[in-house]
Amino acid sequence: MNTDTQYLHQVAESDYEHGWSTDIASDTIPKGLNEEVIRLISAKKQDPDWMLESRLRAFRHWKTLASDTDKYPRWAHLDYPEINFQDISYYSAPGSKPRYESLDEVDPELLQTFEALGIPLEEQKVLAGVAVDAVVDSVSVATTFKEELAKLGIIFCSFTEAIENHGDLVRKYMGSVVPHTDNFYAALNAAVFSDGSFCYIPPGVRCPMELSTYFRINQAGTGQFERTLIVAEEGSYVSYLEGCTAPRRDENQLHAAVVEIIAHKDAEVKYSTIQNWYPGNAEGKGGVFNFVTKRGICEGTGSKISWTQLETGSAITWKYPSVILKGDHSIGEFYSVAFTKGRQQADTGTKMLHLGRNTSSTIISKGISAGQSNNSYRGLVRINKRAENARNFAQCDSMLLGDRCGAHTFPYLEIHNPTAQVEHEATTSKVGEDQMFYCQQRGISEQDAIKLLVSGFCQEILTKLPMEFAVEARKLLAIELEGSVG
Amino acid sequence: MTPILEIRGLQASVEDMPILKGVDLSVNPGEVHAIMGPNGSGKSTLASILAGREDYEIDGGTVHYRGDDLLEMDVDERAREGVFLAFQYPVELPGVSMMNFLKQAVNSVREHRGQEPLGAAALLRLAKEKAALIELNPSLKQRSVNQGFSGGEKKRNEIFQLAMLEPAMAILDETDSGLDIDALRSVAHGVNQLRNPDRGFLIITHYQRLLNYIVPDFVHVMVDGQIVQSAGKELALELEKRGYDWVYDHISA
Ligand SMILES: Nc1ncnc2c1ncn2[C@@H]1O[C@H](COP(=O)(O)OP(=O)(O)O)[C@@H](O)[C@H]1O
Ligand SMILES: [Mg+2]
Repeated sequence: MNTDTQYLHQVAESDYEHGWSTDIASDTIPKGLNEEVIRLISAKKQDPDWMLESRLRAFRHWKTLASDTDKYPRWAHLDYPEINFQDISYYSAPGSKPRYESLDEVDPELLQTFEALGIPLEEQKVLAGVAVDAVVDSVSVATTFKEELAKLGIIFCSFTEAIENHGDLVRKYMGSVVPHTDNFYAALNAAVFSDGSFCYIPPGVRCPMELSTYFRINQAGTGQFERTLIVAEEGSYVSYLEGCTAPRRDENQLHAAVVEIIAHKDAEVKYSTIQNWYPGNAEGKGGVFNFVTKRGICEGTGSKISWTQLETGSAITWKYPSVILKGDHSIGEFYSVAFTKGRQQADTGTKMLHLGRNTSSTIISKGISAGQSNNSYRGLVRINKRAENARNFAQCDSMLLGDRCGAHTFPYLEIHNPTAQVEHEATTSKVGEDQMFYCQQRGISEQDAIKLLVSGFCQEILTKLPMEFAVEARKLLAIELEGSVG
Repeated sequence: MTPILEIRGLQASVEDMPILKGVDLSVNPGEVHAIMGPNGSGKSTLASILAGREDYEIDGGTVHYRGDDLLEMDVDERAREGVFLAFQYPVELPGVSMMNFLKQAVNSVREHRGQEPLGAAALLRLAKEKAALIELNPSLKQRSVNQGFSGGEKKRNEIFQLAMLEPAMAILDETDSGLDIDALRSVAHGVNQLRNPDRGFLIITHYQRLLNYIVPDFVHVMVDGQIVQSAGKELALELEKRGYDWVYDHISA
């Protein structure tokens, strides 16, 4: 049994303490976006004044972008209908989504996936949005967990709590890496975000556990405009996990999250994501539009930020976890596996911005496309004038399963310092007939051979994930591959 | 006694170009057959068709494996039934670890035979034992399948997999080519250890020298898609001495 499952059993078996009420279904505000709506969201969140001001500034900026159709970002290799931003409701309290009465009403395909992943029944219900009778008490476990972290001075809480209890830290760092002026969706998020996570690691502290796996259930309720802020003080270390392998039923069409990481001198932050949102049906109907801005800054000398992601979900993915290498000798890493099938489209990659001296970055991206999907890598490496002796290594490999899918690579290089050492490699391959034949000649079935070859292709990325996550990631990939070929 | 393999009048082509023009061959349990012949005569084609490669059109003839129609079976089904091909050019499988690959292969075959799957520890033990038999460098087991292996290591790895899967019918396609004499000896030694009364071997080779180490029961000469001569092991020596021209003369005579 993995720790997740253990945890969930523990949760399911623990005594009722806080529980929650499901009878808050009406707490959704009307569709549309204007200053009044922003004030309403702010009031519901019980924001302090500075937070309301910050939202309004972001909103006013967003309005200037939204009023000029030329300012909408269209550069990605993505094809989707125009989004009507007035046709969306921007606030919905957790738990107010439509609920099913029992698992019988849930999409059987979704249930099969849960089954294959070995997710316990009670958790399946939560993830699928079935009204839960058995009390799943995540709150008390979360509290014990928090107490343990608090002893070390680590703060790990919801963004809302952070605004309330750690306002100074939030004010200091929020928007410092991804300002609301950064892009269209960053502006939108800064105006309307409902909640998210906040994490602070004090100087010299090594966080003893992977943060956030324990919050799998809680996360199921977080809204479509999440915000995450991670601050690692001098000499600290944290490994942060986002998402889970279970596909989440989600009525929300548009997701626009923002993640900011600040790593001070000699600090290290490892951020791992498994993104498995609803990709839409085989014809490309429904599915999440996922527009995320993730960026970290290596603020101090010798700091390190590393992004590892497994992207298998969403109809549209627009995502470029990036690192600003400001401190001398700082290190940025981006390891990515993006798998698309059906009609999914992914445009994902990274930006490595070298400002400090002796900075180095590594990019390894693996794209796998099946069905009629499209999978693009887009990456920028910029070496600034004063970034002496910067190094970058980038490797982008694409694998095609079938001949109706597409793989594209868009590498951009901007080098303003002659001492830079930059290496770029790109390959595109098909799952070779010879490789398939070789596996099958040893008795391995066609499906298993494909899984074996694809997971071999991703191997070097999957090993970067924390152990527990890597095991789940492999399983997830195998499930996603099931029936996507042949 | 039912032969393990019985090929009758097999004809096959690629894009309307005939390659096999009526091949007859029977392999009984315990027998080792060698097929020799000049380059391009169709030896690898025969091996590929037996293993189930789909690039070829079967124009005529039959192949029976332990009494069943082999040509009706899928590639993986043939393998699970006990047909093994040691490839002339083994492919690399980047990122696919040897042990993971072996686990899937061995357990697919075991499941088919109604045996319990092997756990990680048992598999490792088995792999260790078989690797020693073949004199496979043990560190190769920690690598990706064939990736970065030398030519000799790739060939040895094929025989290692043969030992792991214990097939009823083993087909070796030019396992000797590209091997130095030491490697040749140890590969041959491995194959000899795997000879047993229930297993059939079909050893394809261009040169006679392998047959000094693996002594066949029968030698067949294939020329232009047909077996033109079959005899005992002495035929190999004759061929070595006189060259393939002798065979051509022999046919036209
Ligand atoms: N897949 C294929 N496509 C086209 N021609 C082929 C193919 N396989 C074999 N051939 C041709 O068939 C003939 C026999 O080849 P092969 O069986 O490899 O001979 P051998 O193994 O005896 O050297 C050669 O002329 C070769 O070019
Ligand atoms: Mg050949």
